[in-house]
Amino acid sequence: MIKTNALTKQFDEHIAVDSLDLDIADGELFGFLGPNGAGKTTTVRMLTSLIAPTSGTAVVGGFKLGEDDQNIRRNVGILTETPGMYDRLSAHRNLSIYAELYEVEQVERQVEKYLKMLGLWERRDDPVGTFSKGMRQKLAIARSMLHEPKTLFLDEPTSGLDPEAAKLVRDFIEDLKEAGRTIFLCTHNLDEADRLCDRIAVFNGKLRVVDTPTSLRHSLFGNQVVVQLAASAEFYTSNLTSLPFVKECVADGNRLLLQMDDPAANNPELIRVLVSANAPIQFVSEQTHSLEDIYLELVNDK
Amino acid sequence: MNKIKVVVLKEWAEVFRNKLVLFSVAFLPLVLLALPFIMVIIMNNVPLEEATVDDIPEALLGTMCGGMSEADCALVYMLNLFTIMLMILPVMIPVTIAAYSIVGEKTSRTLEPLLATPITTSELLTAKAVAAVLPAVVATFLSFVIYSIGLRFMVNETIYNAALGPIWWFAIIVVAPLLSLFSVCLAIIVSSRVTDPRVAEQMSGIVILPIILIIVGQSLGIILIEARFLFLVAVITAVADAILLYFAVQLFQRERILTQWK
Repeated sequence: MIKTNALTKQFDEHIAVDSLDLDIADGELFGFLGPNGAGKTTTVRMLTSLIAPTSGTAVVGGFKLGEDDQNIRRNVGILTETPGMYDRLSAHRNLSIYAELYEVEQVERQVEKYLKMLGLWERRDDPVGTFSKGMRQKLAIARSMLHEPKTLFLDEPTSGLDPEAAKLVRDFIEDLKEAGRTIFLCTHNLDEADRLCDRIAVFNGKLRVVDTPTSLRHSLFGNQVVVQLAASAEFYTSNLTSLPFVKECVADGNRLLLQMDDPAANNPELIRVLVSANAPIQFVSEQTHSLEDIYLELVNDK
Repeated sequence: MNKIKVVVLKEWAEVFRNKLVLFSVAFLPLVLLALPFIMVIIMNNVPLEEATVDDIPEALLGTMCGGMSEADCALVYMLNLFTIMLMILPVMIPVTIAAYSIVGEKTSRTLEPLLATPITTSELLTAKAVAAVLPAVVATFLSFVIYSIGLRFMVNETIYNAALGPIWWFAIIVVAPLLSLFSVCLAIIVSSRVTDPRVAEQMSGIVILPIILIIVGQSLGIILIEARFLFLVAVITAVADAILLYFAVQLFQRERILTQWK
């Protein structure tokens, strides 16, 4: 569980994080979206007790920030934005060091488990400096998991990875979620956030919105239905605007764009009216908006 | 304690795989050992004409040259200066290691994941200090042992005893570790306060200045290195170590290092 109350971080005159209120449930995969410089990394650093907030409070995994920092560090895993490794040391040695620092009881077993899980076992004795970016990222994810933290902070986990490696990481994140871990995911990859996250926060120094991807679509764009005709749509708008369930009707060439509360329930009546008006219907579809549309709408709406 | 051991072993594994650091750590002892040996060989084989006791500060003559020939006295005087120069090792070696281990962590972006573990600032700094001090002390001690064994075979017993009296063993065993700790604390403090890692490395280097001043002071006869002087240096360095260690822990602010180092 992660709960913040008016969490704020100020660097000199610049407010990096402004009164952040979050309430993330146990086992939730929470997406934290925002442009570069929005304060996402600062937020992660505060919540992992790497830096202290200027004001506000936070509880992470049951431990209070500023009072129980050692326990927070002991119980959270973090994948930093640029995960550095000891390049001259082997993958195995890198993980062993962190397992010891995280007070893992069975170091060898945990190191082996995650090296195998992330497909690095065969390269365990090679210096990390010889690894590709994808392999380094996987090793960094393994490092964040060695002590089996219940709460994980992943800062851009698939950034710069090729599609195959990115998929492996995404699958791994899904497995972690299924295992009941709370995951705080900072990402620029909106498709990834859409697919993985239970809820999404759009953040730009201030919290813009928090909701499920589906609810965000509906609250921002409503439910839009597109009717494609074989003739100009202009002629049929007057037939539709009088319908009680049609909130808005716009003609766009041969297309009719309609805002409705419940397309599934209202579409049969809509089609019946159009057919009775001899409208040459080619197809009817629901207009969907990508998370990118939502994100841009919120981030640009300052 | 285990975390300190883990970090110390990690430091050594990393640092000593870095050829540049390894070279700087090994090169200085080799040079400081080679110089006196070469000088002794030259002085043993070339007739002494110009260097006489007249060139040796008067204050030193009484303590060093009782009953010796002019040539032997000049040799003892030179060897004394080279012995003092060995004290550069416990000061310079840890600066190289400490600067690399703290600055290197930041530049290779390993400091953030390291600070995210439940290691305390005291544990981390102790580990960094031990990792830098121990190789310096061992290198100094080994160099001195090699130096004394070499001299034993190259000079007569009177010169040997005059050049390497018990005060030098005290200097190597007691003063050298204290000087090492002093330079490590300074390197940590500088690394913690400046925003550019390169400045940290350069500023830490000034710690060698007091040693150079002592060498110059001895060669000019201003300072006389004898038991009382070394004991005083040991006490002052121990007090300075305690103060610097306290400030090093206080000034090593995780947040500043994470957010301001570029």
